[in-house]
Amino acid sequence: MNALHLQRRRVNAVMLFISGLAVLFGLFWLFWILGTLFYEGGTALARASFYYQMTPPPGADGGMANAIAGSVALIFVGTLLGTPVGILAGTYLAEYGKGNWLASATRFLNDVLLSAPSIVIGLFVYSVYVARVRHFSGWAGAVALSLIVIPVVVRTTDDMLKLVPNSLREAAVALGCPTWRMVLLITYRAARTGIVTGVLLAVARISGETAPLLFTALNNQFWSLDMNGPVSNLPIVIFQFAMSPYQDWHRLAWGGAALITLAVLALNILARSLFSRRD
Amino acid sequence: MSAVVFPIPDSVHSEAANTGQPGGPRRVLPARWADAAFEQLTRFFALLVFSILAAILVTLVLGSQLTLDRFGLAFLWNSGWDPVKEDFGALVPIYGTLVTSGIAMLIAVPVSFGIALFLTELSPAWLKRPLGTAIELLAAIPSIIYGMWGLFVFAPIFQAQVQPVLIDAFSTLPALGWLFKGPPLGIGMLTAGLILSIMVIPFISAVMRDVFDLVPPLLKESAYGLGATTWEVVWRVVLPYTRIGVVGGIMLGLGRALGETMAVTFVIGNAHRLAASLMAPGNSIASALANEFTEAVGDVYFSSLIELGLILFLITTIVLACSKLLLMRLARQEGTHT
Repeated sequence: MNALHLQRRRVNAVMLFISGLAVLFGLFWLFWILGTLFYEGGTALARASFYYQMTPPPGADGGMANAIAGSVALIFVGTLLGTPVGILAGTYLAEYGKGNWLASATRFLNDVLLSAPSIVIGLFVYSVYVARVRHFSGWAGAVALSLIVIPVVVRTTDDMLKLVPNSLREAAVALGCPTWRMVLLITYRAARTGIVTGVLLAVARISGETAPLLFTALNNQFWSLDMNGPVSNLPIVIFQFAMSPYQDWHRLAWGGAALITLAVLALNILARSLFSRRD
Repeated sequence: MSAVVFPIPDSVHSEAANTGQPGGPRRVLPARWADAAFEQLTRFFALLVFSILAAILVTLVLGSQLTLDRFGLAFLWNSGWDPVKEDFGALVPIYGTLVTSGIAMLIAVPVSFGIALFLTELSPAWLKRPLGTAIELLAAIPSIIYGMWGLFVFAPIFQAQVQPVLIDAFSTLPALGWLFKGPPLGIGMLTAGLILSIMVIPFISAVMRDVFDLVPPLLKESAYGLGATTWEVVWRVVLPYTRIGVVGGIMLGLGRALGETMAVTFVIGNAHRLAASLMAPGNSIASALANEFTEAVGDVYFSSLIELGLILFLITTIVLACSKLLLMRLARQEGTHT
């Protein structure tokens, strides 16, 4: 009896110790990756030329100005295209979707889309748009990014609107408020921070996306914000520069990687603090 | 005037009131078409989202029509990939995708279970949030960062320190030795699998943590009251209760691992070769697409790559749909219990 008890306690201690190790295992990679990123990228980020010079040919001095501007443009347009679609579709799911086959099916497919491989989305936009007009373009890149924004925003809008207490809706309708005004003035307002959080998370998600841009926006060595032609962007430049054999390109790539990660982490933390303040 | 203060949105009433009282109730009328318009507007966008997956599927099928006709099902088990002779098969990338994802799951599932256990049963309350957030930040790091870090930092260390040890220790084993044969290259399927495992840990552990929190405290406390240790409670009460959800979480992680592109492209080696050894470079569907798509010449080459995309899309969609169905089943079960 006593031996069995001891044995059980020993197994317990070993297993709990291993579970602690698992947490350390996760944290270890996080700190290792972030550590090297800022160690390697820090010097590139500290140089002012990083922000105002163009991407250089190998061996020359340069910066990432065109890639940064292009990335901002693509992310901005992508978010602008995807957010309204996502919010309105999410509104349908939450406000009109009770016991409705379209809503439950859309919710299901949207969750699949949320984790669908982003390279397939790039392939899709390539086939329906780039292959038709026969040139790579910023519009195609922005559309590909918007297809990643949409499921994130649909999901958070749906979840956040469902958190709004029904008594608020009933109070508005009982006072004679039409449904559309009830949604716009009452439930949107009540769920505002949650919806904004969703959009921020979506922006964070597309900021580092590389695969969907490979076949759509491609890259541009020069300063160009013409959305109808190839647009330079950070992820693709990082990919190209990191795969190259040149040391100074590697250094710039590390700088770009650190910049993207800083932006993504800041957006994530901002979204989290916005949301937790509401609780 | 009192009818204006309490307008009744019911159409019959407002129309009836409309005849007698011009002014007040008339303002209710536009709401009827506005309501319908707003509902139809949101419905339109829901339909749009509903049709995205189908549109992707149709586009990929149309795009790969040429190779679907030319190679048929044999495309799936042909190991060739020769742009000059126009002989294409998907076996090598499919194999690479499955092997790297398999390695990732072998590592990520137990680690995620440990993390979820720690966060739900062991961690003091003040530590739960920061720890949970830190693990979730692993998912926020863009995949290209994992790839770059893997290529420049992890692969050299792995090549110098870890792979020689693995090769010495395991390559002489009778049954599994062939998995570890070959020179330590740093990059290859094992490296790709390891990095994938780090990337999917946050997804699996988040789902596991959420479903572990669903277990009614009464069940756990009954077990503790009978003298069970923490491990026994988790292994014999929490895990059986949440089994479906845990499998759903694992499938979600698997779906993510299968479709991951950039991280794998950097470290897998991009060799179109069928190699038994995990140390050898290989290729995955996503990395073949990332590397070759913009350089593909000729309709057959192009169509083969799109068919690869179609295969990847079908595999991940099925895995993710299973994951979602399992998680929904757990949620429904939960609904009937309480």
